Amino acid sequence: MVTRALPSECPLEESGTRQMPRRSALRFLVGTVLGSVASLLYPIVRYLIPPAEASLSASEALAGTINELKPNSGKTFRFGNRPGLLVRLVTGEYTAMSAVCTHLGCTVQYRPEASQIWCACHNGCYDLNGRNVSGPPPRALDPYDVHVRGEEIYVSRKQVA
Amino acid sequence: MDAAARVQMWIDERLNLQELLAPLREKTVPVHRHSQWYFLGGLTLFLFTIQLCSGVLLLLYYRPSANEAFESVQNITNHVQFGWLVRSVHSWSANLMVFCAFAHMFSVAFARAYRKPRELTWMTGMFLLFLVLGFGFSGYLLPWNTRAYFATKVGTEVPGQLPVVGHWIMVIMRGGEDVTGATLTRFFALHVTILPALAIGMVMTHLLLVQKFGTSVPASVESEWQANPRLRKEIKFFPNFFLRELMGWYVVLAFLIALAAFLPWELGTKADPFAPAPAGIKPEWYFLAQFQTLRMIPAKIFHIDGEVLGILGFGLGGALWLALPFIETLLGTRGARYVRVGAVLALTYLASMSVIGYMAK
Amino acid sequence: MGRLQTMTVGGALRVAVVLLVPSFSVAQNKNVCLDCHSKLQGSLKVTAEQDAAAVHGHKGMSCVTCHGGNMQDEARAKAAGSGFRGHISREQIPQLCGSCHADVNSMKRFNPSLRTDQLAEYHTSVHGIQFAKGDVHVAVCTDCHGVHEIRAGSDPRSPVHPLNVSKTCQRCHSDAALMKTYRIAATQYADYTDSVHHEAMVVRGDLSAPTCSTCHGSHGAVPPGGGSVANVCSRCHVLQAQFFDESPHKAVFAEGCATCHSSHKIKHPDDNFVSLAAGSACGECHTKDDDSGRVAEAIHGRLHKFEVQVADARVLLARAETSGMDVADAQVLLGQANDSLTKARVRVHTARFEKVNAELDAGSKPAVAALSAGEAAMKERSFRRRIIFVPGIAILAVVLALGFYIRELERTEQGSQRPSEDADRKMAA
Repeated sequence: MVTRALPSECPLEESGTRQMPRRSALRFLVGTVLGSVASLLYPIVRYLIPPAEASLSASEALAGTINELKPNSGKTFRFGNRPGLLVRLVTGEYTAMSAVCTHLGCTVQYRPEASQIWCACHNGCYDLNGRNVSGPPPRALDPYDVHVRGEEIYVSRKQVA
Repeated sequence: MDAAARVQMWIDERLNLQELLAPLREKTVPVHRHSQWYFLGGLTLFLFTIQLCSGVLLLLYYRPSANEAFESVQNITNHVQFGWLVRSVHSWSANLMVFCAFAHMFSVAFARAYRKPRELTWMTGMFLLFLVLGFGFSGYLLPWNTRAYFATKVGTEVPGQLPVVGHWIMVIMRGGEDVTGATLTRFFALHVTILPALAIGMVMTHLLLVQKFGTSVPASVESEWQANPRLRKEIKFFPNFFLRELMGWYVVLAFLIALAAFLPWELGTKADPFAPAPAGIKPEWYFLAQFQTLRMIPAKIFHIDGEVLGILGFGLGGALWLALPFIETLLGTRGARYVRVGAVLALTYLASMSVIGYMAK
Repeated sequence: MGRLQTMTVGGALRVAVVLLVPSFSVAQNKNVCLDCHSKLQGSLKVTAEQDAAAVHGHKGMSCVTCHGGNMQDEARAKAAGSGFRGHISREQIPQLCGSCHADVNSMKRFNPSLRTDQLAEYHTSVHGIQFAKGDVHVAVCTDCHGVHEIRAGSDPRSPVHPLNVSKTCQRCHSDAALMKTYRIAATQYADYTDSVHHEAMVVRGDLSAPTCSTCHGSHGAVPPGGGSVANVCSRCHVLQAQFFDESPHKAVFAEGCATCHSSHKIKHPDDNFVSLAAGSACGECHTKDDDSGRVAEAIHGRLHKFEVQVADARVLLARAETSGMDVADAQVLLGQANDSLTKARVRVHTARFEKVNAELDAGSKPAVAALSAGEAAMKERSFRRRIIFVPGIAILAVVLALGFYIRELERTEQGSQRPSEDADRKMAA
């Protein structure tokens, strides 16, 4: 390679044969790129760690345990962000439905003396299938599926096709 | 020799990387008053990469069944650490990618970069645009919310109007007569395996073709440079142009995460097939122009169903646009002018129909 | 024997005609009444469509069932001996309708589940009592049920379908001049259309809401007397009535529920209904100076405080939700708080502060929890917006660094180009 007389104003880092941009510029660039990668990698790594509650609470809920309810009694439980009603029939079987009254949204309850589901707000009555039988409610209560797993009773929405 | 150089030599001895990369080192990009438009293709590719990465992350938590899809997206958005960021980035980046793809296509059309020898590049690019729209349509259904459900219902009904094959096409798309969990499964497979495989193959073909033919220069600039060769200016692709591209990509990345934080993508409510369609249901903006066109076509034109004519019109328009380089050649000397007029008309039509569709009730 | 033989051919023919003609014309569904009357105008007009729509028509009855006469033969349609009755006057109507509808054996043939006591009820109603005195301006069967186009009550086009009952009653009861002769107000319909019951029934289509006949009875219509009002309202508003019975107002209110809520113009109580403000119910009798007035104020204050709590929480949760935050847990709690508010409002009828307060204290817990959940959601929202600056700034730093580096790179590239040109020239020289 021919060495040349170089103009004095040419900035040179190394007295090599190739001109390079300032090393500091490159270092700054690499540093910021690594910094940006790290600041993006942090959320991604956090993302990969599964959250504490693995449940998909809106599709299924734990409604109670098998010894909690006596036959001919009911209990309100939380399903997603609305209340649900779990009823243990006289025969010992379980049935569950939405506890949101179809009239004006009050929470219904189980009345053992009548073996009926009742809404305290305007005296609406539903049968054990959740069908509206008397009073103002215009529609039946949404039914739910009940699965008993071991000691626990799980309630899920009726399966869609 | 420092460590980096030693690693490089080790790889080179075995894979001959230097030889393979040599063309890239010498690759140059023309610089002129229109060269800003060159960034759009790379930007679309960058956004596609973002989609791949954020999509894979979403896949870790998403559940593709009608019963659990909505809740799984809710889980990602609300419970998973930074899930809100990944989900909103994925949704916003999808929209930005569609926009960039269209912008890239129109800039190529106006610069007439589709001319010989780049016809194949144009066609692979058009296929990529269709694939991107397919990504948008299939991905939109996956959260299984009310908007997505009814948009898909309307969107799959449109091809069902075609004579003879329409119903068959619709059933294949939907996985049945109606939009159900089967549709979701099908769209999921499409969105996550079929379309990505096709897209990656098509992208590689497109890039190879771009590499082979080099970056095209608009005719006006080319004639200037022919007249005065000293005006010709090119910069090296690597590192000069690429670093500039990288700047653009980073700016868009910052824009994306800002959008995710300040305008998070809505979740909506879970789809209920038995509920009536909400009033004023509209597809996403990139389908608005077609949607609005179909709404405005009269019910019958010369005894033929208006909607069918509309769909056939779109098909014909798409096919013509795909064959643009050949059409220009076929039209002879005035070909360029006609194509330019056609491009202006197409862009105006799409833009104005989208605006009207957005504002209509 | 001779007699029989004189049963001439002509005689036999006449018998045959009498037997055959009806079957012949039944086969043709001939109705000479309609042939003329469908072309007449005004009150004499009866069309075939009306006839076909009527529930009586479906059961095989026709014009002659009520009006008599001969439906097949135009010449003998109204002849003497055909039983033609002509126009049926108002005085005759209840008896005529009752001739079938009050006869159990008759109704059994057509609809065994239909009641047959309507006529008896009618005689006990105000309409019936006036009618017995000879007043023909009061309502008779046809005024409500229609004349020729009588439809079943379950048919939405019938004037006695629940959705249409109030419009039917008001035909007379909104006529100020007519009502004046009986010294009754004519404002009931206007009041009713302003009420929540009308809104539920006619606007929202909730058929379980009350209309005129629900409280007044239909055939036996009387205004419920003072003591009966509470009984009527309590058919649906059970709990409110129970609490009212326990309260000091029960003994004092002559008109029961209607004292505060009015009889027809029943509106949803607003915030000031239970208070001493102008336009309130309590303020009609009580003032700040009496103990009961102070109880009313206390109840108002407590309710208002809770309503504000719930409203604040609701607004905050709505904002959080539109910002993309998860507020499902908080919505459940807000639902519980709302239940408490509904129950507390019902307990207002006890007129006792402790009852209302106890319910609201129980509801305060979920209300406060909902509010703090909403605040937490908003905090998370600001956190997200702030945290994004970290990678945001890092990214912009990269952009700056890139710009800087490119400038440096190209400056040195240009710099290294010039010396080589000089050197080449020197070399060439």
